[in-house]
Amino acid sequence: MEYAAPTTVDEARTLLADNPGSRVFAGATDVVPQMRSGRPEPSVLIDLKLIDRLMSVTHDNGHWTIGAAMPTSELTSNGEFTSVFPGISEGAGWIGSDQIQNRSSLGGNLCNGSPAADSVPAMIASEARAVIAGTDGERTIPVADVVTGPGQLSLADGEFVVEFEIDDPPANTGDAYIRMTPRTEMDIAIVGAAVRVTMNGDTCTDARVVLGAVAPTAVRVPDAEAALIGSSLDEAALAEVTAAASAAANPINDKRGTIEYRVQVAGVLAKRAAVLAAERARA
Amino acid sequence: MTAIENPKTYKWVGTRPIRHDGYDKVVGKARFAADLNLPGQLHAAYLRSPHAHANIVSIDTSKAEAMPGVKAIVTGDDFPALDITDPNHDVSINVLARGTVLYHGHAIAAVAANTKAEAQTAAAAIEVEYELLPVVLGIDEAMADGAPLVNEHNHQKFVGPSDPSNIATHTPLERGDADAAMAAADIVIEREFDCAHVHQGYIEPHACVIDTGADGKANVWASSQGHFMVRAITAAVLGWETSRIKVTPAEIGGGFGGKTTVYLEPVAARLSEKAGRPVKLVMSREEVLRSSGPAPGAKLRIKIGATSDGELTAIDGWMAYQVGAYGDFAGMVGAMSVASYKFPNLKLESWGVLSNTPKTAAYRAPSAPHAAFAIESIIDDIASELSMDPIELRLKNAAVEGDLTAMGMPHPRIGLVECLEALKASDHYQSEPAEGAARGVAVGFWFNIGEQSSATVNLNEDGTATVITGSPDIGGSRASMALMAAEELGIDVYSITPVVADTEAVGFTDVTEGSRATFATGKAVVEACRELKVELCRRAAQTMGVDEAEVEWVDGAAVSPSHVGGEPLTLAAITAQAKRTGGPLTATASLNAAGAGPSFAVHCADVKVDEETGQTEIVRYTAVQDAGTAIHPSYVEGQMQGGSVQGIGWALNEEYIFSSDGVLMNPGFLDYRIPVASDLPMIETIIVEVPNPSHPYGVRGVGETGIVPPMATIGNAIKAAAGVRMTSLPMSPPKVLKALGDAR
Ligand SMILES: Cc1cc2nc3c(=O)[nH]c(=O)nc-3n(C[C@H](O)[C@H](O)[C@H](O)COP(=O)(O)OP(=O)(O)OC[C@H]3O[C@@H](n4cnc5c(N)ncnc54)[C@H](O)[C@@H]3O)c2cc1C
Repeated sequence: MEYAAPTTVDEARTLLADNPGSRVFAGATDVVPQMRSGRPEPSVLIDLKLIDRLMSVTHDNGHWTIGAAMPTSELTSNGEFTSVFPGISEGAGWIGSDQIQNRSSLGGNLCNGSPAADSVPAMIASEARAVIAGTDGERTIPVADVVTGPGQLSLADGEFVVEFEIDDPPANTGDAYIRMTPRTEMDIAIVGAAVRVTMNGDTCTDARVVLGAVAPTAVRVPDAEAALIGSSLDEAALAEVTAAASAAANPINDKRGTIEYRVQVAGVLAKRAAVLAAERARA
Repeated sequence: MTAIENPKTYKWVGTRPIRHDGYDKVVGKARFAADLNLPGQLHAAYLRSPHAHANIVSIDTSKAEAMPGVKAIVTGDDFPALDITDPNHDVSINVLARGTVLYHGHAIAAVAANTKAEAQTAAAAIEVEYELLPVVLGIDEAMADGAPLVNEHNHQKFVGPSDPSNIATHTPLERGDADAAMAAADIVIEREFDCAHVHQGYIEPHACVIDTGADGKANVWASSQGHFMVRAITAAVLGWETSRIKVTPAEIGGGFGGKTTVYLEPVAARLSEKAGRPVKLVMSREEVLRSSGPAPGAKLRIKIGATSDGELTAIDGWMAYQVGAYGDFAGMVGAMSVASYKFPNLKLESWGVLSNTPKTAAYRAPSAPHAAFAIESIIDDIASELSMDPIELRLKNAAVEGDLTAMGMPHPRIGLVECLEALKASDHYQSEPAEGAARGVAVGFWFNIGEQSSATVNLNEDGTATVITGSPDIGGSRASMALMAAEELGIDVYSITPVVADTEAVGFTDVTEGSRATFATGKAVVEACRELKVELCRRAAQTMGVDEAEVEWVDGAAVSPSHVGGEPLTLAAITAQAKRTGGPLTATASLNAAGAGPSFAVHCADVKVDEETGQTEIVRYTAVQDAGTAIHPSYVEGQMQGGSVQGIGWALNEEYIFSSDGVLMNPGFLDYRIPVASDLPMIETIIVEVPNPSHPYGVRGVGETGIVPPMATIGNAIKAAAGVRMTSLPMSPPKVLKALGDAR
């Protein structure tokens, strides 16, 4: 196994194209444990952290651009970003510990392809886009379209994520991400729920509800969104959100949780995230 | 933190000096076994079984032997076959399988190579042909008629010649007439409980470095709870005389009972012998969880009867412990937990049952936590049925000196009543639980042991002392030894250097287990110091020119009323003149200590239960325990807190999760969920001191009892908070949520 540290997107692109079986990495907080537990080693491990474009965050022209390899701790300590997207920050802030977060990236969290990735549901709720570089240049797709199944991506060979774009939210919008883990931290979500709502007074005018860890990929729950829109998040609407989220959950039984539990708690967390997001939208 | 006053006042005992080994640990200089490297050393790695039960048809190491860097390979064939009656038979076939693998992760072969990576690659290239055998994973399954055998070498113990069996032990105990008492009782509650396997979770994986020299002697550096034990078992498994092995204890990063046996050393010693080079063998975390001893799982059916005014009249209990693939660690002492109360009638049956899971090992108060979870849960239900305060009910029935334990032995002076009273008077119990929280309490007991210890105390020419023992220090015992020596000799605690010496530099000493080190080894230290004081007085009498009988040792110096005008002769003054007065001052004491003092604990927890997710939050927790005398109160508190925290993990989330074919699914700390700091409140401690009359300072062991009460304490608090009685450990969110759903 070799190690390469390109300093430009083009260099990285060439390395990937020239080395079959190579793999990019950012924090390596997934890559190293996976190799340790016996996953085959790539031919070349390509370190993305020396490419400036993948390591910075900017805000102009009505949208945010976040480097795919930037440590999540830099994002969660960016006061302006966390005040606009508290839900995305919550998601990114749940990853591992301080030590992990000084390495871990949004790109790695997404491209590891885990259905339980904590930063992904809130990114989808804010309709974030991924800018992808490949042999033929760059293309931009919704974050929701990157992961197609556990560990499966829609990216072609030689492609990697350069950065994420998120549009400024409309006024009176709030987001929230809540996860369930048996421990308070250093644990993997059994269920995660992100909600983003836009409020007009007491009425919800727009909503996105996204669940993590309860299906092969993070999933949007249109029925829960429909229940929220036009409601004042009254009891009846929240009961509908709960039921819709539980219905949308299609989890597996594993060492981390049972199907029965995940289905039930998906509803609970969606409801709680909706209430929290609405509170933030009104604030 | 409030300590109940011990009537005796001491100068050093009961103070809190910084531990002697603290500096090295804080700056990272302390040497644990894996820190040691010898010139020319090889690294070893295992091939482990991918099946939970199979016959080994053949092992072919030829490809592996030809691989780069490989210097030696061992399999079970490189070790003598011990007789089935040999006490080390089971450990010998656990160290490397012989003919049959008994659990997933069972070691089959080991390779020593220039690098760990080479050793691992070669180990993976060893070819093994298996013939699969049926896998038995549960207690009911193993006890069923016609169940397949877990281990064809296992015979039920203490029953004479018998066929191979899945039963390790069966221990019935009876007193009075439990059936009649149960029939006459005003209230009878019976429940069934189950507990998953849990691991001790010590942070330091097993490790050793061994150099078997051309002279046939093996030098072993290892992390363990007892290096004399390592010497004895390693020699037995290798078929060597004990004296061929010298074991130097490394610093130990936690044991909790899990390091009272041997996994690596015989293998590394044989590899080193074959290769003619030192060999280092270190387990990964995954190997620790898959292949070193967890605590048993259990299934218990307990029935308790009481009168309407809360007098416990009878207990009827069936307790089966799942002891893993071997019968030599059989959880037969669960019945101990009954010892907390005066049960006039009891009928108890304990079983040790095999399964194709790792060989279990001791874990703090082995097998008592399971039984206490069951018994203390039912006692709590009796208190609430009778509308009695749970402490009052326990006070009414609490065992005191002279009451019989389950085994029929009378209790010596014990402090259960004092612990209950201390909790009752505590700020915690006197305050209301926080908004939304509710409270549970439970009692725990451990009998503690004495066993053999040796200590040598050397007085140095500068007036300092070296205290040499053979007890690996797993919880601050060096500081406690130094404090007792300081108290005896009357010199500053920092003038004492406590040392844990190798097997050739100190007398035989049993394992640091059963909460015995401060009690038994401490007793040896005190005896050696007392012998030295006699000698110091004799030397002083000589120097002062007075009669020996007229010299007394006071505050670190010899004083004599007959020594007219003379200053007291300090220890430093006497040791400085040692050459002229008869030579070096040194004393050794060895003993087989009797009179270990049982230690009782009472814990109290306030918890909140999220009724929509089943998650339990512990908002306040207090541990009360009788330490006899707290030699170093900080380390007593540390033991109480450590036991509580491990018990909280056991209560809420820790469990071995096996697939249906016996593969452990969570062999890492990400999914084997020991608590993290943010899961816990500050664990408040109240040390109760009811001195043990059998120790010069009144010490009772404190290391184990703390893990006994937490599961029932939390279960009782969950009952109070959410109205559901949890009978299955761990009380994880899915189980609590399911119980809440079932109750609706
Ligand atoms: C102790 C511990 C705790 C953890 N806790 C959590 C947790 O609570 N929640 C959680 O969600 N995760 C958790 N993780 C997993 C991990 O930390 C996160 O998924 C993290 O965000 C991964 O980021 P990384 O930069 O380290 O990824 P890497 O390991 O560098 O990469 C992960 C994967 O993504 C690919 N990749 C990386 N960057 C790109 C890119 N720009 N384009 C295309 N592919 C790319 C890599 O090839 C690899 O397949 C934990 C990990 C550890 C070790």
